[in-house]
Amino acid sequence: MNIDTVKAFTIEDYQNAYKKREFSPTEIIHLFLDRIRLLDPSLRAFLMVDEAGALQHARELEEKKFSESDFPPLYGIPIAIKDNICIHGLPTTCGSRILGNYRSPFDATVIEKIKKAGGIFLGKTNMDEFAMGSSTENSGFGPTRNPLDLNRVPGGSSGGSAASVAALEAPLALGSDTGGSVRQPAAFCGIVGFRPTYGRVSRYGLISFASSLDQIGTLTRNVSDSLALFTVISGQDNRDSTCAPYPPFSSSDCIPENEIKKIKVGVAQEYFTTGVDPVITQRIQEILEILTNQGFEIEDVSLPHTDYALEAYYIVAPAEASSNLARYEGIAYGYRCNQPLNLQDLYTRTRTTGFGKEVIRRIILGTYCLSSGYYDEFYLKGMKVRTLVKKDFEESFKKCDILLTPLTPCLPFKFGEKSHDPYQMYLADVFTIPSAMAGIPALSINCGYHQYLPIGLQILGAPFQEGKLFSFATYLEKILAVPPPDIHSIALEKEVLR
Amino acid sequence: MNDWYITIGLEVHCQLLTQAKLFCHCRTDYIGKPPNSLVCPVCMGLPGSLPVMNHNAMQLAIRTATSLHCQLLPRVVFHRKNYFYPDLPKGYQISQYDLPIGVNGYFEFLTQGEKKQVHIKRVHLEEDAGKLIHEGINLPNNSSGVDFNRCGIPLVEIVTEPDLHYPEEARDSLIALRDLVRFIEVSDGNMEEGSLRCDANISISSHPDHMGAKVEVKNMNSFRSVFRALEYEIERQKKCLEQEICVLQETRHWDEVHEITVSSRGKEDAEDYRYFPDPDLLPYIIQEEVIQQIKSSLPELPLERKERFMIDYELTEPEASVLVQEKSLADFFESCIQELNKPKFIAKWTITEILKNLNALNINIKQSKITPSSFMELLKMIDKKEISGTIAKTILEEMFQTGGRAKEIMAKKGISQINSEKEIEKIVHQVIEQNPQSVADFLGGKEKAFHFLFGQVMKTTRGQANPDLVKNILNKELSAEE
Repeated sequence: MNIDTVKAFTIEDYQNAYKKREFSPTEIIHLFLDRIRLLDPSLRAFLMVDEAGALQHARELEEKKFSESDFPPLYGIPIAIKDNICIHGLPTTCGSRILGNYRSPFDATVIEKIKKAGGIFLGKTNMDEFAMGSSTENSGFGPTRNPLDLNRVPGGSSGGSAASVAALEAPLALGSDTGGSVRQPAAFCGIVGFRPTYGRVSRYGLISFASSLDQIGTLTRNVSDSLALFTVISGQDNRDSTCAPYPPFSSSDCIPENEIKKIKVGVAQEYFTTGVDPVITQRIQEILEILTNQGFEIEDVSLPHTDYALEAYYIVAPAEASSNLARYEGIAYGYRCNQPLNLQDLYTRTRTTGFGKEVIRRIILGTYCLSSGYYDEFYLKGMKVRTLVKKDFEESFKKCDILLTPLTPCLPFKFGEKSHDPYQMYLADVFTIPSAMAGIPALSINCGYHQYLPIGLQILGAPFQEGKLFSFATYLEKILAVPPPDIHSIALEKEVLR
Repeated sequence: MNDWYITIGLEVHCQLLTQAKLFCHCRTDYIGKPPNSLVCPVCMGLPGSLPVMNHNAMQLAIRTATSLHCQLLPRVVFHRKNYFYPDLPKGYQISQYDLPIGVNGYFEFLTQGEKKQVHIKRVHLEEDAGKLIHEGINLPNNSSGVDFNRCGIPLVEIVTEPDLHYPEEARDSLIALRDLVRFIEVSDGNMEEGSLRCDANISISSHPDHMGAKVEVKNMNSFRSVFRALEYEIERQKKCLEQEICVLQETRHWDEVHEITVSSRGKEDAEDYRYFPDPDLLPYIIQEEVIQQIKSSLPELPLERKERFMIDYELTEPEASVLVQEKSLADFFESCIQELNKPKFIAKWTITEILKNLNALNINIKQSKITPSSFMELLKMIDKKEISGTIAKTILEEMFQTGGRAKEIMAKKGISQINSEKEIEKIVHQVIEQNPQSVADFLGGKEKAFHFLFGQVMKTTRGQANPDLVKNILNKELSAEE
């Protein structure tokens, strides 16, 4: 067995192989640990690899006996975890120096669920500091590189998770999506990224950036793995008040394949503006033609407030962040500046030296928006726009079941290309932000390549209608048959051999 | 000389009597516990933790607002109050802002024999902060520690309208409020232990139509210090105004030792708390059934009960006040009346002897071994003159210790009343012989001497002699001496 054996595996394939005893969890963990050791010095997708923990976990699993009926759904599946999701005893830095020495004393709800389902954690992946960014260049520990082109960014903020799955350092990963942080890196790395409906997955143990927008999502090499992982992590949690009172997602919520063409596809012109790379627009037009030829009904819809969503997001998210990040002040845990003169000095120097530039920018922005005299003008107005954006989607979903949009306005860009201009960087999320503001579920799939760079397609659904999303995405994945990123790509091999 | 118009409003915080903290499962009995022993990721505000509302705390807060006749808001929202301080681990306090639990209420209290009303601006629920420790427990020199045990304990904040005009009124209304929260069993209202805290806003003006600068006084840890601090503050502000010095709008701390208020400059200067709705908590919808349920479960409030005691049982105001200080005591008192219809008599014994024993043991009536029936068994014996008051006091003390019934204790200790005239006569003779001076005094017209001789007889019999018999015989024998 080598990495090529499993490169096209789904979770189901692993499970079948385990049941037939073709290999053991320990062997699989070794396979991926070797892979990480080989590639990660170049990729830098991981901030921390838990070799000992993963191997111990694998051995513990092997000691247990499972029958066919109680075989855990993620038995022996290695998973990479974004470093803003807490695992008991492991470092949890959020990609920030301010949490450089912090280890979480508890498991996030999703971590508990994955453990129970037999999943094995390989380690913690790199990210833009506190999930603020679209390129992983804002990590306090250096950027992750895109496995398809090491000179380009993997996207962000879940860039480490996306790169690790694209390079098959891990078959699947968890990320978090506040304004597109799962979907955009998935698109840049040519894999599947999924953001559930807000409230579908417990946020307990996900370190908050913007509480009303944060949602844990999945990054996988195929649609079926996202569905399987989502099934495990979803469901009500009495430790998160914002978690919806629904049972976990079940594949029985999906639509049978013979009824798939009843799904009405909506297209909103607001997502096909002049700012979009023509390569991307063209590919999506091709896909719409394919769908029409397949007999799908395509409906034009309008989302008139799309243009304002980005601006509103950059009020609401920083406002919440300015408060959520107030706890990093060097008192009870985390980084503290050297020899503070007094309390004020301790706060000021800890925070100005502990946080990176983008985080500080957003804290200042958010603080300003919440300040007395500006609250009504900014925060309240931002929230009103958010309601309008939400209503746009509600209206659209009366006419169609899903919406197809480009995922990003541009292809993966080079390091440094946008990092000097925050606004250009913010625009990279222009198509993922409205759905995040509305709290609706969204899938990002690789719908083709321009030369070797992947093009992301976004599929949006109505709240809690993930079944339709997955059914459609599974179908589309099959008819498009876009290959996942080549794990022996020239970029990777060249760098590694050197 | 000017007429001064004084306006006082109170902000009262009460710790709610819940088992668990407001947003986590940590216990709330932090007094005497080692620092940071009652904490978890949620109340420590560790990264990734989230708050979840304790419904019980919410019920107690609604109960408080209801008993203060507040208008309840159907949709309650929690806001974050953002500020930095080491005892606040999240960098914000979860509190309430423009959509509190209750608004526009009132309560009544008695002050200097008069019934007055204070309007309530708002009642809201919030979490407590931790505590800084500056000395002791293994702290290196020149450093401070933080104890997060108190962090997240539910507080109900009651804000009054500026309806008060004298320090006495402020104190008496606060006492009435304390009685109320105890009575409805939402808080133990203990100022010394900090489960009830009071800040006061005070302003003085020489003109009835406009208010002076608002000064907030903090750090008052007893009813007395509320009274003293306000008295001091009124004098201070009057002096300023008389000398035409501007009174600053500021926060001042009461210095208990020096009995003065001191300006606390710096921290509170035009602080902007950047309130916004906490996105981690959903708005709380209070169902009408819940309100009805809480309303119907509310007991008779202390002032109403006090007035009823004064009318129905003919108690004096001080007597009734003592009895309604705690609901359990008032309940105890009324249960006693069911067994023996002598309210004045029972009130006297409850206020003096029951409270004396409770205070000595530092417990409340519920925690004691005394029941209305055991207490009444004792009081009936006094009433029927089967035992003397002195004996009864000894027996009661024993009842508090062992929980035994009065008759059992008497049998065990060999206490019984001496009703034999012969036996008493013998002792009276003895006392008369031993105290010729007192006898002479009595015969010379000093009534007091009779009491002394009576006391000597009772003392000799260890209080067991029937006092009425003793009086008769002593009278008879003394007349014979004449």
